Amino acid sequence: MGLILEFPIYDNLVLSDFDERPYANGLVRRLSVLREHARKLMKAFDIRAQAPEQPVGSLSGGNQQKVILARELGTRPQLLIASQPTRGLDVGSIEFVHSRLVTQRDEGLAVLLVSSELDEVLSLADRVAVIYRGKIVAELEGEAIDRERIGLLMAGAA
Amino acid sequence: MISRRLPPWAVNAVLVPLASVFCGFVVAGVVIAVTGSDPFQALTALFQGAFTNHEAFAETLVASIPYIFLGLGLALGFKAGLFNIGAEGQFYIGGLAGVFVAYSIHGLPGLIEIPLAILAGMLGGFVWSGVAGALKARFGAHEVITTIMLNYIAFLLANYLIDGGLMLAKNVSTPRTPEIDANAELPIIIPGTRLHFGLILAVLAAPAVWFLIERTTIGFQLRSVGFNPTAARANGMSVGRTLVLSMGISGALAGAAGIVQILGLSHHMTDTVAAGYGFDAIAVALLARSNPWGVLPAAFLFGALRNGASFMQLETQVSADLVSIVQAMVIIFVAAPVIVRWLLRLRAQPVQELQLAERDEATVV
Repeated sequence: MGLILEFPIYDNLVLSDFDERPYANGLVRRLSVLREHARKLMKAFDIRAQAPEQPVGSLSGGNQQKVILARELGTRPQLLIASQPTRGLDVGSIEFVHSRLVTQRDEGLAVLLVSSELDEVLSLADRVAVIYRGKIVAELEGEAIDRERIGLLMAGAA
Repeated sequence: MISRRLPPWAVNAVLVPLASVFCGFVVAGVVIAVTGSDPFQALTALFQGAFTNHEAFAETLVASIPYIFLGLGLALGFKAGLFNIGAEGQFYIGGLAGVFVAYSIHGLPGLIEIPLAILAGMLGGFVWSGVAGALKARFGAHEVITTIMLNYIAFLLANYLIDGGLMLAKNVSTPRTPEIDANAELPIIIPGTRLHFGLILAVLAAPAVWFLIERTTIGFQLRSVGFNPTAARANGMSVGRTLVLSMGISGALAGAAGIVQILGLSHHMTDTVAAGYGFDAIAVALLARSNPWGVLPAAFLFGALRNGASFMQLETQVSADLVSIVQAMVIIFVAAPVIVRWLLRLRAQPVQELQLAERDEATVV
């Protein structure tokens, strides 16, 4: 869903619900509410920054990704589509993103993970669908999730 | 170095523009010297013409008024990523719409007539530039092209309506509209000068525009679209609607410049009323770095240049057009902060400016 790198953290955390209560009162934005909201999420999602006013562009890739995660999960969605959520992140941040996705799954959120990292898919997914040439060629569950079989499906060999 | 002791925002917003202006004057001085006149004499005359007695100073303020409104409008456009070249045309349309109201109504108190006329002018400017916004939102037509085209239509429309007769006053030697109603005239605030109430309206408009951009949900969408339209769209904002609205507000402020100029100064409209203000104002907004507060000093500088120029020409025979060189050089230095930073021996900011170039590569969930 993207970030606006020039904007401070507190703005990026409300990019989609900036005009709703309590973040805005009619047309007027409530900066103190936004800052407080940001402080809370920064704590909950371990976003390392000096202050909510810091431009998102000055954060590390991992912390930027946490900002997105905090924003999207903060709205209590029913479905989360996570496309390449850990691409380019450091090991610690990858670990954090993974544990967050699992926690959300445990709390009943439907998570659709799109990833080219086979290890990521194998360690997180309950059910795996393999796409080959634009079509889903197989859906595997439980014991059937097998690295070799998936590899063959990805190459179109099965 | 002074720059070390200043916070970064002060360097960006104050030091670099000031240095740009200074460099502009230096280059202009060199040009004067090359053409065989004394640059110190000429620039002294320029300052005398702009400031020395209270009448000259008042005239400088008078000239600043349209620059403030126009500069605010253009700065707001820049914030939304819109390069509005059409302020001159929007000035005309605002003038036409406003003056029509101002000479058509009679006998109402000024407190009603003046706001009505100004609203009409702003609406005219809004609609006119909104067309360019809609063309961009709907067809992707670039606003630089469409606003330039709309300028020609606006000039010719003004020419047609005024010289052509529909809005022509009876029994006048040069073509102009009828005089506005006496109650619609903006009062003079310093007796004995031409300084009118428009100055107060213009100065009040600056915080209003600042508030709109920085503190409202409209301004938030406007800035989001300006920085990163892809992210704005992905987060559910209507980019098209924001473009039309931003362009419209930008034009409304230009329209306000037009009608305030008429209500405060000429009290009728001719087809030469804008006189290049709309184009100069692009420089005002650039010098202000699109900051509404910065528009005030930038507009004041341009008002002073415009007002001092004729006195300079009278006193030293240096052409008043030289002021255009100062303006142009100021813009070059503002647009190329690297030069000024190098002159000031500042290190380029590594973080912020690089990210501007990379902003489309924001990570995506």
